[in-house]
Amino acid sequence: MDTTRSAPPVRRPLAALTAALCATLLASACTGTNSGGGQDGSASGQDVTITFWHGWNQDNEVKAINDNVAAFEKLHPNIHVKVVGDIADDKAQQALRAGGPDAPDVVSSFSTDNVGKFCSSHVWADLGPMLKQDGVDPAKTFPAAMLAYSRYQGNQCSLPLLGDAYGLYYNKTAFAAAGITAPPKTFSEFAEDAAKLTVPDGDSYRQLGFMPNYHGYETSIAHYLGQYGSTYFGPDGKSDVATDPTVAAALAWQKQLVDRLGGFARLEKYRTSFGDEFSAKNPFATGQVAMSMDGEWRAASLAEDKPSFEWATAPFPVPDDQADKYGRGYQTGTIVGIANGSKKQTAAWTFVKYLTTDTDAVVSFANAIHNVPSTLAALESPKLDADPNFRTFLGIAKNPNSATTPASINGGAYQVSLQNLSYAVESGQQTDLKAGLAATAKEIDDAVNQAK
Amino acid sequence: MATVSPALPPALRRKRRRERARTLAFLSPWLIGFGVFFLYPLASTAYFSFTHYDGYLAPTFSGLKNWDYVFTKYPPFWQGLGNTLWLVAVMVTLRVAFGLGIGLLITKVKTGAGFFRTAFYLPYLAPPVAATMAFAFLLNPGTGPVNHLLGEAGLPQPGWFTDPSWSKPALTMLAMWGIGDLMVIFMAALLDVPREQYEAAELDGAGALQRFRYVTLPNISPIVMFAVVTGVIQTMQYYTQAIVAGKVASGVIGGSGQQFESGYPHGSTWTLPQMVYNLGFQHYDYGSACVVALILFALTMAFTSILLRRKSGFLTED
Repeated sequence: MDTTRSAPPVRRPLAALTAALCATLLASACTGTNSGGGQDGSASGQDVTITFWHGWNQDNEVKAINDNVAAFEKLHPNIHVKVVGDIADDKAQQALRAGGPDAPDVVSSFSTDNVGKFCSSHVWADLGPMLKQDGVDPAKTFPAAMLAYSRYQGNQCSLPLLGDAYGLYYNKTAFAAAGITAPPKTFSEFAEDAAKLTVPDGDSYRQLGFMPNYHGYETSIAHYLGQYGSTYFGPDGKSDVATDPTVAAALAWQKQLVDRLGGFARLEKYRTSFGDEFSAKNPFATGQVAMSMDGEWRAASLAEDKPSFEWATAPFPVPDDQADKYGRGYQTGTIVGIANGSKKQTAAWTFVKYLTTDTDAVVSFANAIHNVPSTLAALESPKLDADPNFRTFLGIAKNPNSATTPASINGGAYQVSLQNLSYAVESGQQTDLKAGLAATAKEIDDAVNQAK
Repeated sequence: MATVSPALPPALRRKRRRERARTLAFLSPWLIGFGVFFLYPLASTAYFSFTHYDGYLAPTFSGLKNWDYVFTKYPPFWQGLGNTLWLVAVMVTLRVAFGLGIGLLITKVKTGAGFFRTAFYLPYLAPPVAATMAFAFLLNPGTGPVNHLLGEAGLPQPGWFTDPSWSKPALTMLAMWGIGDLMVIFMAALLDVPREQYEAAELDGAGALQRFRYVTLPNISPIVMFAVVTGVIQTMQYYTQAIVAGKVASGVIGGSGQQFESGYPHGSTWTLPQMVYNLGFQHYDYGSACVVALILFALTMAFTSILLRRKSGFLTED
């Protein structure tokens, strides 16, 4: 058998290399962003049409945003808004990058995690000069937490457009049955109540006081850390999860609660019996858990689903050593920005300013979709929905101690790193908290450096 | 010894040129497709792997920074690589063995063969997302019927997609459930084995196992090789089922302050293709995503080349 192989002709690799080089030159020519401009004539009354992309898709939400747009067009007859709904963030990002006449001028996003990238790469225009020119002081207009998640290192490339605040939902009927007269305010009280409200059933539960596991829907580590006011990054921009004592305290407290309520494995098995979070089968609505950490939208869902028990809301408890901060909570929300490549930035800014700072516009939109208004003035508006359960979340949004997850240059990657550690801690895979936090901080810093 | 070819007459040279032009014309659709859909993306990926590129600003040359980051500063890389290799080794082996076994069984069935063929082929037609969601429902540790039956029988009830030690076996079970494509291919090959070879083997006193070893396997070895090679390529690109199973089982929708955790639980279903997506579209680190994509490409090429080179010892010669 002939096992020799003929040497390949030298020309083939050379040709392949040449083709590859040509291709790379082409590839490098197809990237980059361009900046737009502001002189679109709208200020002098010229007709301008801007395109607005948003992610809302429920009937009531789409109606609400369309009503808002119609009200804007009535106020500014020369500015027309072409609305495109149900747009996912990925699609909006690609469109912003590609630019062109069909690209959006104004974009909203449900994820505040993208702000760092939008701002640092200047994909969204810096709204700072526009705010200054129109005499809008962001610090006096927006709650501190909302302002924190809409800017990155001084670049205010987005503004909050309604928000979400997280608090405690509790089953009043179950509270009464367990002899609990008021919602807990500190973590100690909360743990006691959670234990009292837990009714075992074999190796499962007939009722669980609270589902502390990080996969228990809204009980992520970031949402717990909102109760501690953790900062995530130090003044030098480096991760401080290993040096901020509140992070270790949160992880340790959650683990303690997990163990007290039956242990990780038992709780996880019970968790898998829960229905979909955004349905009438939500475990709080079905009575499977007696207390839940959730956003203000749940009040609207519960009012619609009408569970078979009485329920109420309160701020989520705080750590015992921060009892004076009771009333705070985690906050996030929708953001809106202007494409840096837009040629109609004057009209776009007029629209964004209306959406985000016009008190009546913000209030009517908040009432329509049961979200928290995103300006201090709107939060005080008498026109706001008077439902006391909704008012709980308005209080959390107004609380100066409420916290958020800050914008980072690489999106939510730092949260993924911390989440992974939290899962390892609660399941007992990581028992050396100090070492775990140090490794996580390094992982976060490496990822941030990589993104710079 | 070098040879000098004699000069061709002009008429013959023109004829050869025309033939080459014609050949190139016929090949051009493939060549264009190859260039546009393979060579260009591959070259771009290689180029971007040496750049700092966030998808928005123009890429800048960064040398080996991305490679260093992926190999030394990005801990999930090694877990994803390990999971991918586990899936290649176990899933491909079991899929080929199971597909061949089912094919053998069905070719032996005398009555109702059509029913069994349909029954085993139908799951393959289910879209991967739907099939995975159905499996996540069946294997739900708290409410799934599988664990209910295991409990009734007094057997242990695994956590399946929620338990890191069971998540990959659960995905492997899902892959074996959708074995219809391989089963059909193996059936066709098995039915093609000459009957007279079996008769001769029987006359020589060969038992069932010997007939399979010395008659069936040599005849279908090219098909086995095809199944292994395509299986390796598919499994190296394993993405949809892993991400859907993780998403459904974790119960996390995602959103600000609540990132969706790829690879749930504890990174046990985290694969290289997911890493490419996450690095590129969640970390905005296209350079590192390209590094992982190239590693994936190189590994696939290496596996395929090794398998194809080994084929001479495995395949029968006609």
